[in-house]
Amino acid sequence: MEPIYLDNNATTRCDPAVVEAMLPFFTEHFGNASSIHAFGSEVGKALKKARGQIQALLGAEHDSEIIFTSCGTESDSTAILSALKAQPDRNTVITTNVEHPAILTLCEWLEKEGYIVHKLKVDKKGRIDMDEYKSLLHDRVAVVSVMWANNETGTIFPIEEMAALASAKGIMFHTDAVQAVGKIQIDLKNTKIDMLSLSGHKLHAPKGIGVLYLRRGCRFRPLLRGGHQERGRRAGTENSASIVGLGVACELAMQHMAEENTTVKRLRDKLEQGLLSQITHCFPTGDVSNRLPNTSNIAFEYIEGEGILMLLNKVGIAGSSGSACTSGSLEPSHVMRAMGIPYTAAHGTIRFSLSRYNTEAEIDRVIAEVPPIVAQLRKLSPYWSDKGPVANPEAAFAPTYA
Amino acid sequence: MWEYSDKVREHFFNPRNSGPLEEANGIGDVGSIQCGDALRLMLKVEPETEIILDAHFQTFGCGSAIASSSALTEIVKGMTLDQALEVSNQNIADYLDGLPPEKMHCSVMGREALQAAIANYRGEEWSDDHEEGALICKCFAIDAVMIEDVVKANNLNTVEEVTFYTKAGGGCAACHEGIEEILAKVMSERAGPGEVSPPPACPATPEAPKPPTKKLSIVEKIAKIQEVLESVRPMLQRDHGDVELADVQGKKIYVHLKGACSGCMMEAATLGGIQQKMIEALGELVQVLPSSHMPVEA
Repeated sequence: MEPIYLDNNATTRCDPAVVEAMLPFFTEHFGNASSIHAFGSEVGKALKKARGQIQALLGAEHDSEIIFTSCGTESDSTAILSALKAQPDRNTVITTNVEHPAILTLCEWLEKEGYIVHKLKVDKKGRIDMDEYKSLLHDRVAVVSVMWANNETGTIFPIEEMAALASAKGIMFHTDAVQAVGKIQIDLKNTKIDMLSLSGHKLHAPKGIGVLYLRRGCRFRPLLRGGHQERGRRAGTENSASIVGLGVACELAMQHMAEENTTVKRLRDKLEQGLLSQITHCFPTGDVSNRLPNTSNIAFEYIEGEGILMLLNKVGIAGSSGSACTSGSLEPSHVMRAMGIPYTAAHGTIRFSLSRYNTEAEIDRVIAEVPPIVAQLRKLSPYWSDKGPVANPEAAFAPTYA
Repeated sequence: MWEYSDKVREHFFNPRNSGPLEEANGIGDVGSIQCGDALRLMLKVEPETEIILDAHFQTFGCGSAIASSSALTEIVKGMTLDQALEVSNQNIADYLDGLPPEKMHCSVMGREALQAAIANYRGEEWSDDHEEGALICKCFAIDAVMIEDVVKANNLNTVEEVTFYTKAGGGCAACHEGIEEILAKVMSERAGPGEVSPPPACPATPEAPKPPTKKLSIVEKIAKIQEVLESVRPMLQRDHGDVELADVQGKKIYVHLKGACSGCMMEAATLGGIQQKMIEALGELVQVLPSSHMPVEA
């Protein structure tokens, strides 16, 4: 049976049209875009076209606002470190406690270096308290960095409003939009966003290519210095094949934007309803009324996510989990903890993230396969008796933790 | 995804002895703080012989936690309680053809559940004596609490010393930043604020030691060598290894590495650490070599 891929927030398959567009750049169009000869100028033209395709998807005013990087993480690091370097009199970063590790781990290191980091808290649905946010905007803040949509739950933050509030106080605003680009409408020229990170492999382009959008006029200090590529803002020979691929992927994303919000969304809702109606003691996490159209994150109580994933994998279904065991860290997902999801549920969270390649038949099969897997693991669980959780589960099973 | 052995996968997909055991007379409920996994082990013990007639488990945890629980019940069935108390977490891991280092705590949880269940049967109070921290060294599965304890107890100052005492950092070296952070923290606690300089990033080669004021007689020299070996033995014994002097030939000191030390991946690091201590104690440059390198006698 064909495997079913429902882990598109982790990475996506390259669209065949993307691969096709890239291939000549490994063979006949191998030149260096900086060269004067024909080998180089062909590549230079292709890069310019790709820059335009990305500009169009993001709604950027100028194509020179697009800086190619190696990945979303590089874009994030570049943005935050640039804001701090360019404004030495400002020592504070505002972010949230549900960001991707690309931001959070960097911020932990910045704290060790003596910077001040404020992490906005979220409520049970993963929403930011805007009053708390407003109260933190002061003249020592170098940059606000908030993700557009959460990778685990799909919850969307009010980025445009937050950027406008920061701008009114003269504070730079960066958003990690790797999950949002291609799934929700973005029109940067009509926002106050100064910097935005995107990652190619989240929207059917290859891995190893990212973009930092940098608003014209936003003070900038490069992370990598060297050659004059990207107008000296990101040195290093251009990854021309991947840039061309990303351009095509962005054009396709624009064409499929409506489909993401109708067909893909309908399949996601069907999957979620199909599982919630058959399985007791499970619930969707995050802000279900305001989230990405492709993401459903469901907490299956009293069992652990890695076991679910292994059994799903056995029947050819790929998802991901927020359990501690799948990350190799001490704790279940920081996003689940930030929302106050109890441990016995946080460990059993499974994220299903769809793409335009998923079919109705696939979703029907997942709806049929998941309930027996959950039942099988619950039979092994000390919190579970025959038909439901044991009475007062936390008291009935209270192990000595060591 | 983890690289689980076929045996781990098989025990996860087809767990043995799962579910409640009505006639259980010894129950151990333990959890691992490291990842939130938890396990209830139920034993049915025959009172006259103290033989474990049956063992069941219920586990809230990942694939390797379920496989470790399943393996544990298979291992202890038919054992006496005293035999069962000899079962180590390594036995459980070996039964499953090994566990990834990040998952060794699942086998530790199994052993603790066994101790707790036996204590419960005997009407004793079980208390856990070890604490787990964040995994630092993935090559040798050494956690932060272990490193911090050893750094404090032995007044360590460098990553090399930490590797010598705990093995942590002796493999791929990717965790050296983490070890340095622990060192910096303990050293600043030790010194008080403002008195500490960070451990050197690239330690200089030690200068040749000053010659001792008086040349050691061969008897004095061997006594010193024995003294150094005695000082490192407790540490090696903790890892089920040992060392003894084989021979001294000029500046070459030959030692027998025994038990777990023999053939260990860390042999070179162990010998290097002993050599450093020898040089300091003897005040001259010497070489410490495994006895297998001794010249064959004519």
